[in-house]
Amino acid sequence: MEMRYETAKRALVVSLSHDLDHHGAASLREKIDYEFRRRRARNIIFDLSALKFMDSSGIGLIMGRYRLSVAAGGKVFLSGVSPQLDRLISISGIYKIVGWAKSISEALQCL
Amino acid sequence: MDNSMKLEFLSKSSNEGFARVAVAAFASQLDPTLEDLSDIKTALSEAVTNAIIHGYENTKGIVTISCQINNDTLTVTVSDSGRGIENLEQAMEPLYTSHPEMERSGMGFTVMETFMDSVSVRSAPGEGTDVTMSKTIKGR
Ligand SMILES: Nc1ncnc2c1ncn2[C@@H]1O[C@H](COP(=O)(O)OP(=O)(O)OP(=O)(O)O)[C@@H](O)[C@H]1O
Ligand SMILES: [Mg+2]
Repeated sequence: MEMRYETAKRALVVSLSHDLDHHGAASLREKIDYEFRRRRARNIIFDLSALKFMDSSGIGLIMGRYRLSVAAGGKVFLSGVSPQLDRLISISGIYKIVGWAKSISEALQCL
Repeated sequence: MDNSMKLEFLSKSSNEGFARVAVAAFASQLDPTLEDLSDIKTALSEAVTNAIIHGYENTKGIVTISCQINNDTLTVTVSDSGRGIENLEQAMEPLYTSHPEMERSGMGFTVMETFMDSVSVRSAPGEGTDVTMSKTIKGR
């Protein structure tokens, strides 16, 4: 995972890679939340373009970060969603609460 | 039965990735598409994670995976001898989770049912849970 902060949009950009499962979720959550609070961020953009695998643990992670950013008056966007990930995310229903963008820059424009 | 294999490992989360790769490698003899393989890995990951966090509640136990290939159908059973499920109907409902505070989404069973052709669960409180899933790989 890599993170960077877009000050102008108060957005934390989280680029995930490898596998997002139960094993890795707890430490990712800790790192993201720490950075979110440290930066006083509002929005989170998840870049999933380099993610190789995700299961419902990833859905839980995104939902939890959604709560964090809503509490700060912000939004969550997903970008770089592969067709396979799109099926998982669609059945979870989280597109009702998080935005979708083709790329990080498109997501930034939506904020 | 054309082929079979069995895996046993400790209920450690670090084994989740290993279990996915092993089952996907076994399934490869059916010449699945990348999408089929991803479906199988995702469904398996749900069942193994459930065994570790709900079955054994993060204590030490053995998770068993048995796989069979019959013609072009893969059948996978994930078993634990953990706490078992009291109300199976409720457990299998989309969005139901007994652990919302652990950021579970309650989508595990729904994911298994969506990504596999069939899912059946046998569980008894105090004895454990067996989740059996199968998927037919259509020839390309
Ligand atoms: N192997 C098991 N042993 C005991 N209880 C289980 C087992 N598998 C599932 N359950 C129960 O069934 C519920 C629903 O499981 P499901 O996988 O659908 O959701 P979850 O694990 O709570 O959340 P998610 O999978 O989305 O992270 C669980 O919350 C748990 O109470
Ligand atoms: Mg689950």
